[in-house]
Formats: sequence, structure tokens, C-alpha cells
Amino acid sequence: MAIKVEHELHKRRLDRNVGVGLLLIGFVVIVLILTVVKVQGLGDIREMERFRSRRTSRS
Amino acid sequence: MTDVTQQTGTYEARMGDYFALMKPRVMQLVVFTALVGLLVAPVPVHPFIGFVGILCIAVGAGASGALNMWWDADIDAVMKRTQSRPIPSGRVQPGEALGIGLALSGFSVILLALATNLLAAGLLAFTIFFYAVIYSMWLKRSTPQNIVIGGAAGAFPPMVGWAVATGGIAPESVLMFALIFMWTPPHFWALALFVKSDYGNADVPMLTETHGRRVTRNHILGYTIALVPVALGIAFTSIGGPVYLAVALLLNGWFLKGAVDIWRRDDADSEADQHAVEKRVFKISLYYLFGHFGALLVEAVLRTNGLGGW
Repeated sequence: MAIKVEHELHKRRLDRNVGVGLLLIGFVVIVLILTVVKVQGLGDIREMERFRSRRTSRS
Repeated sequence: MTDVTQQTGTYEARMGDYFALMKPRVMQLVVFTALVGLLVAPVPVHPFIGFVGILCIAVGAGASGALNMWWDADIDAVMKRTQSRPIPSGRVQPGEALGIGLALSGFSVILLALATNLLAAGLLAFTIFFYAVIYSMWLKRSTPQNIVIGGAAGAFPPMVGWAVATGGIAPESVLMFALIFMWTPPHFWALALFVKSDYGNADVPMLTETHGRRVTRNHILGYTIALVPVALGIAFTSIGGPVYLAVALLLNGWFLKGAVDIWRRDDADSEADQHAVEKRVFKISLYYLFGHFGALLVEAVLRTNGLGGW
């Protein structure tokens, strides 16, 4: 027979776990968007590619 | 024994209990003034970087609130107004509050430094330190000038917001700081006049307890008079304008009249109408601050549309 424990404590734990989970997802999303915004703010990203190809051809 | 709570020994907090540690009502004021500081600055900010900046300031303010609740748990348990806070009511353990306060302080300052600039992050770190250590641990229990000096902690957010946008400090940001700094004493002393017994029971040396209510009434009037030139002075800076000046004249007249009303009363009058005037002035003081910063925001919006300013 399956043991089913329903207690207020479990509701509180679920509430907390869901809260922490949402906060972590929010944090990841913030860091992701922030990275995109910062990289876009660096100017023309193709400059980086040209720099890399120059270094490769030199070596 | 079937009671799980008794088996574990301690109450396990809900997410909302942790959120309450961060003093969400105080956070509203912090977010609003920091947002105004950021938006009135002459340098445009990418909306997402601005959002992260304000989020960090809010989390930093919340962290200092948690540290304050950890340190003040003993006096919070005595005062009626604070007895239901998470630690005195047993919903959150003191160690948890300390951990959350320290972790969120570090998180908010580091993220602000990475997202914006070192000055903004440094100012936020100093604000947290000032509120948690200078105000909570030192001034609050040792001097009746606690809220005068401690008010600086609540005055920093618009400066941090300005620094997020500009990376610097300017007379305008210092004046926004001064506005909140000078506003804090009359605001809190009006509150202390109608919750007097609470502070006394907790041995917090509020001016009402150490120097009496007559002196407090005098101080409210004195600080309100000193506040007026600061509030009006902002009108003539680059962030002010006619709309701000009109609002400031109106609000300062209203607040000053309230302060005079408090000054003209004595305890007998106050007891007779259950501190009606003191409660009214406390409410006016809230409109006062939101009104001034709201007017600065209006000026900023007008300026971006080619209007506003002088």
C-alpha cells in the first residue's frame, strides 16, 4: 500500500522549492540577456572574426 | 507522534517568509527613487541594463533589510509593530536571515559591478554597509540622532541609480540624496509621536523618549524648514523645471503647514484626537517624497519630448 503523507509542511517545502527554482531560472535568463546586450554593445562583431583570421594567416 | 513539524523541531519557512525579510514596503521607495535617479540622468542606458541595475539596487536594499532583521530580532520581538516579522514570529531562523542577507549583498553588488560600473556597485555596497552596520548595529541603539544619520542609507538609491547611468556623481544626484536625507527625520519623528510606547519598551533611544515629545515637535519643524531650500533648489538644476517647481512649492507648503500644526500642539491635544495631526503629517510626508520624485520623472519625460526644463 502506498504511503501518502499530506501535511502542511510539505506544502511549505513545495512552495519554497518552486520559489527557488523560479529564482534560478530568472537568474539564468538575466545573465543570458545581459550577455547578449553587452556583446551587442561591443560594436561590429565581425571585427572579432577578421582579427581571428588575421592571426591564423600570420601563423 | 504524527506531527511532522514537531519531529523536525523548527518551522520550515515559505518563500513569502523569506521575501518578508527583505522589507518589501521599504523596497518600493528604494526602487522608485533609484529608478528616478536613473531616468533623470543625462546619459541614456540600455533598458535591460537599466532593469538589471534597478533589480540589483532592490535586492541590495532587501539584503540590508534581512541583515537589519537578523540584528534587531530582539527588539522586534518587543515592539507591537514588528512582532509579526519573520524572525520574532519564528517563521525564519536568525541564521537563515544572516545567510540570506550576506549572500544577497554579495550577489547584488557583484552583479551590479558586472552589469554597469564599479562606482554604482561601490555605492550600493556602502549603502548596505551603512544600513546594516552604521545604522542597525551602532546608531539605532546608541543615540537619538539614529534616524538623522541613519537616514543616509535610504537616501543613497537615487545616487546609485544616477551612477548606473552616468558612472559618476553630480550636484543633481547629491541634491536628490539630500532631499531624502533631510526628509527622513521629520517623517520618522512624526511616526514616533504616535507609536511612542513601542520604542520605549524596546529601549530604542528615539528622540521622543530621550528628550521628550516637546523637543521632538520642535525638531520636526526645524528639519522641515531646513528641507524646503533643498527641495526647491533642485528645481533650478538640470533635472528640475517649472513643473517640478510648482509641485515642490505645493508640497513644501503642505508639509510645512503640517509641521507647524504639530509644533503648535501639545500632548493633551494629541491624546484628545488620537494623534490625528501626527498621523496626517506622516501620510503627507509619504506624498511629499513620491510627489517630488514623480515631478522629476515628469520633467525627464517632458525633456525627452523637447519640453520641460528652463
